[in-house]
Parts: sequence; C-alpha cells; structure tokens
Amino acid sequence: MTTIDTHVGASTQDSLSSFVVATGHWVTSSDHKKIGRLFIGWSLLTAIATTVLGALISLERMSPKGADIVNADALLQILSLYKFDLVLGVLAPLFVGIAMAVVPMQVGSRAISLPRLAQASFWTWFFGTLMVLIAIIGNGGPGGGTTDLVDLYLLGVAVTAAGILAASLCVATTVLTSRAPGMTLDLVPAFSWAALVGSVATLLSLPVAIGTIAYLYIDHTYGKLAFGGNKNIDTWLNYSFSAPQTFVFIVMALGVLAELAPITARVRQPLRPVVLAGIAIITTAVLGTVTQSTHTLSTNGSASDVVKSAIPFLIFNGLPLLGVFVTIAVSMLAFKEGKPKVSASFAFALLGSLMILVGAAGNFVAHIESAALVNTSFGEGVTLYFVYGGIVVALGALTHWAPKLWGRVLDDKKLLPLAGLGLLGTIAASFPLFIAGFADQPANVAGGFDYDGPIALWNVASAAGHALILLTVLAFVGLLAATVRSGAQASDDPFDAHTLEWAIPSPAPVDNFASLATVGSSEPLLDVKPAQEVSA
Amino acid sequence: MTIALPSAPQRAPRRQIMVATALVSGAGFVLITGMLSMWFKFRAAAPTRESSDGLKIIKDWLPKDIAIPEVITNTMMITFVVMAVMVQWAVYSAKRRDSQHRSAALAIVAVIAVALINAQLAVYSQMDIGITDGPYQSMFYAVTGTVLLFIIAGLAFTLVALFRSLGGRDDDQQVISAHALYWYFLMAAFTALWFVVYVQK
Repeated sequence: MTTIDTHVGASTQDSLSSFVVATGHWVTSSDHKKIGRLFIGWSLLTAIATTVLGALISLERMSPKGADIVNADALLQILSLYKFDLVLGVLAPLFVGIAMAVVPMQVGSRAISLPRLAQASFWTWFFGTLMVLIAIIGNGGPGGGTTDLVDLYLLGVAVTAAGILAASLCVATTVLTSRAPGMTLDLVPAFSWAALVGSVATLLSLPVAIGTIAYLYIDHTYGKLAFGGNKNIDTWLNYSFSAPQTFVFIVMALGVLAELAPITARVRQPLRPVVLAGIAIITTAVLGTVTQSTHTLSTNGSASDVVKSAIPFLIFNGLPLLGVFVTIAVSMLAFKEGKPKVSASFAFALLGSLMILVGAAGNFVAHIESAALVNTSFGEGVTLYFVYGGIVVALGALTHWAPKLWGRVLDDKKLLPLAGLGLLGTIAASFPLFIAGFADQPANVAGGFDYDGPIALWNVASAAGHALILLTVLAFVGLLAATVRSGAQASDDPFDAHTLEWAIPSPAPVDNFASLATVGSSEPLLDVKPAQEVSA
Repeated sequence: MTIALPSAPQRAPRRQIMVATALVSGAGFVLITGMLSMWFKFRAAAPTRESSDGLKIIKDWLPKDIAIPEVITNTMMITFVVMAVMVQWAVYSAKRRDSQHRSAALAIVAVIAVALINAQLAVYSQMDIGITDGPYQSMFYAVTGTVLLFIIAGLAFTLVALFRSLGGRDDDQQVISAHALYWYFLMAAFTALWFVVYVQK
C-alpha cells in the first residue's frame, strides 16, 4: 500500500506568527486526528478539575454536619457540576475523541465522515461545558440564585449533549459508510465495532435528556410551574449523569480491551463474534435510558410477583452486566493460545475494564430492593467505577495509539506503575462509597447526614482515591508531553498489531491512506505479514 | 517498515448523507417520543374530579378555557401526507434525472413546509394561551415548539436541495432521498404529536 508523507519541515516563520498559524490550523482543522486530540486534551483537563472537585466534596462529607470546606449555599451547584463533568465533561468526550481520532484509520478511510460537522461537534461540546462552568461560577445551575444563569446552565448541558451527539453521528457514519473494500461489518476491528454500537446507542439515548432539558428550560424560564423550579433540576437530570446512561459511554472502553487483548497475546482473537456480541449486549442499557425507568428486584410477595419483578430487572440491569462480563472474559481467551508480552497499554485497559465490571456488578446489586441502596452513596460509587475505570482504559488507548497520533512510543516501564496507581485510585475513590451506601450515607448531599460507622474514614479514603486519579492523569499527561517533545520517532508498526492503521506511517498523515487496501479478514495485517514485509 | 496490502478497485459510491440522515432521524424520533412520554407522565399525574352529574371522572389536565383548533391541526396532519407524496415525487424525478419535475416537486415541498409553519403559528394564535399560564401551557409550547424547529430545519434542507437542483446537480439522488427520509421521519413524529397532544389532548 502506498502512503502519503505529509511531515512538514522546520518553519522559517517567527514564533508569534507560527503560533497564530498553528492555532488557526487547530481551530479550523477538519482532520479527524486533530479534532480527536482536541476532545482528548480538553476532557483530560476536565478530568483533572473534576478529581479536585470530587476530593473537595468527599472531604466535605468527613463530618456529618459538613466540614465547611465548601460554601454550604453552593453545595448543590458544586455537586451538579461534579456529576455533569464526570459524565458529559470527561467520560463521553474522552472516548468519542479517541474514536474520532482512531476509527477512520482503523476502517481504512481517508477522513472522517461529515468532517465539518466533526469539527463543529468539538466546539459545540467545548462551548457547552464553558456555559455550564460560567453558569455555576455565577450562582446559576441547580439550586442557583441567579435565574438567567440557571437558564444558561440548562442551555449549556443541552449544547454539550448536542456536541457529543454530533461527534457520535460522525463516528457511526464513518464505520457504516467508509470502510475499506472487503471490510464487512463483521470484520471491523473490535474498537471500531464498539465505537459504532456506542455511538448509535448515544444517538438513541441522549436526545431523551435534551427533550427533558427543553421542558425544564421553558418551565424554569417562564413559570416554574411543572418541574419544581431550580431545586429540582438536578433530580430531573440525574438520569443523564448516572447508570444506565453511563453504560452507553463505557462501551468503547470495553472495545479498547477487546482490541488490545489479541495484539498483546499475538494471536487472532478466538470467538471474536462472541466478543462483538458482548460489546453489543452492553448497549441494551439504552432501554433504561430511553424509558428513564429503573426496575428493581423485589423479593417480597408471592413467587409470581418475584418473577414479575425479576424479568425487567434482569433485562435492564443484568444484560449490560452480562455484556461487560462476556467481553472481558472472552477477550482474555486470547491469552490461552498466545504468547503474551504484557504492555502498559494492555495493563491500563485490563485494570480499567475490571473496574468497569465491578461498577456494572454494583449497579446490579443497587437495584435489588432488599439491599436498600436506592438514593444512597452506592450509586455514586457505581458512577465513579465507570468514569475512573473508563479514564484508566482511555490512558491505555492513548498509550497504544500514541504512535499514530503523536508519532512517539511511550515508555512502558514508566507507564506500568501508573496503571497500578489508576487502579488504586479507582478502588479508593469508589469502594468506600459502596460501604457508606450500605451504611445509609445518602446520595447527592455533602453534609447533614449521620449513620453508625466511621464516616470520616470512608470519605477521606474516597478523597484520597480522587487524588490518586488526579496524580495518574497528571503524570500521564506529563509523560506524554515529554515524550512528544523529545522522544524518538516511532516506527510504523511498533506493537506488531493487526489492523489497518498500523500499515500507514507514524504519525498518521493528514489523509491517512494514499490508496485503498482490500481487506479479507478482521486482522488484515496478520494476513500479509508473514509473506510480505516491505521496508519503508 | 510499511506493510503493503493488496490495493483495492474503485470504491463503490458512498451513502454518507443518507446514513447520517437516518441516524439523525432516529435520534430526533427518540427526542420527540421522549418528550411525549413526559407529557403522558404529567397528564397521568394530573388531579381528577367527578363531573357535575357524577357519572364521569374528569382529569384536570387540559384547562377548561382552552380549545384546540382541531381544523388546523387535522389539516396539518393531512398536509404531511401530501408532503410525503411530494418528496417521493422528487425522489422519482431525481432517479429519472428529470430536473424540471425534481425542482418543481422540491419547490412545492418548500411551500408546504412554509404552510406547516404558518399553520403551527395559527394554532398558537387561535389558542391564545400564555407560556406562563400553567404546566399544560408550558409543556404544550415545549413539545410543539420542538417539532416546529424540526420543520424549520426541514425547510432549510428542502431549500438546499432545491438550489442544488436548480443549479443543475443531476447526480444528486442521495441528497433528494435523504431529504425524503427526513420528511418521512417528521411525518411520523408529527403523527405521534398530533395523536397525543391534539387528539387525546
């Protein structure tokens, strides 16, 4: 396959004008890799801010009456910002950004579909998050005192969701319409498959949140008659910032594991269709997000009553858990046959995916009526397992695709401890909230509660977890920046990988592929490697 | 080292606009049905009372002094059916590369879209309700206003397709088909809205 080399030489312009030109390129570029990196960069920045918020909220909960670290009047607003940031500020854009950067290369396309919409999607998301931030700072948002800024918050959440929707549309359209010749849907790489089903699930679930916001906006702006005014905004929007909506956003994380497992094991993935089916099953969570309903398992009453509650409970909560489990378990079958050489990217992906599995299991338990976990901090623990587990997986994905995005290979030895740190951080931030949930620590409050047990211990441990995640992200970003600045140029296929993006130079040229390749299997590079290796 | 894969023949024509429109239509339909579900939820929760003769239970959802102009709303529904015929005429003409009929069909679709917008504004005018008057009123404006925005977006889509057609784009079948798909989605969305908000009230 021939490729285009678009590496530019040293610029002769002065630094100011080259800065202006570079900024202009980033602002106006419709190159999917640049847009994806914008999403990734800003969502990692948001992740850093969100971990600080999470730590502050956890510290505030140390004392039953509140530790007075955060202004009591602003608690509801800060909690709302925290939940918004976790899901629409970090989890969703991080994976949609990775998908936007990687998927066109994986499916053998020269560009993302609808490139101008892709570019607009980033700026829509970016300005949406900015609107939410400005609204909260100016005493808007749920429970806020400035009416106009409460409206701005609602508008900001809707605009942010619209940005995610537009990006998902571009990713899904790319996989559906721009695959290389011969690449039928069952042959797309596991990550691209996850990107497709995750994007379609997003397109079918987030509009419900936008519809709710439309009602809330008009109600709040014109009368505050039906939806209970600004104090109740958080209650109405909670569906968008917690499970099952979060399941939709972690689909791509499981796709990363499914992608990396056979590469690490150096074999073709056994039972690959089952892996793809597992990924698709996770998206049954859409049923819960579209109907905005929860189904609990009731063990009271007659046997038929139990069965009646068990069926929807298993469909709404059991199927997504089953999907996560099947994806992880079957992906790991690759190790049974292969000769694995564990890399940092795989360590990140596996540990993060296991955290997501714990979160999915937690969500299952949370809906068992006799556990009495509804409206406790247990639900926040589930969200944190998803989001922080997702961040850990995303760091693995960035490590893996760094050669294509930045032209550098990150140092495995330095990254492996970070994977462990991310695991520790996720457990420390989330698990204490599970225990506190069993002890009846209420959800969505940061004080004014009491229960038997070491309240300070659980919440300080959770704060420490947030701090560890902060440290993990900061260290990763620092290492990435240092490597991009002074690391050695990566070869085209440093990991002996299987999919099309590794057949083009590192970093990937603007147009990816100069000519189209014919694909005959789900691992097209494995088909030709033994027989034909062409030196650059 | 660069891996060399066998090069492929010319790629078959893509259908990006069609696929993207289908996905947008799916998302839009979920948006509208989600809003109608919320409407159901509030209507179900509205207080009930006995009628004066004690024979019926009346749900206090639609305020007594509000009358829905059913002639206009039913006309809108019928207009959507006519719209479906017109967009399909455009598709048929595009397939036959008949630019005159294609442009004529798209022009009629644009006029019908304007008529629909006008009819929705007439509904607002005749009902004469304020958005701040109560829960029913604010929710009524929210859900019908959202559909109105979709119709305005449809008008923009039609105008783009029309100007491309007038500009001589005879190979624009995909855009015309996507345009038809969008209006079919809108017809389905409006049918749901019409039944829930204007018929069942």
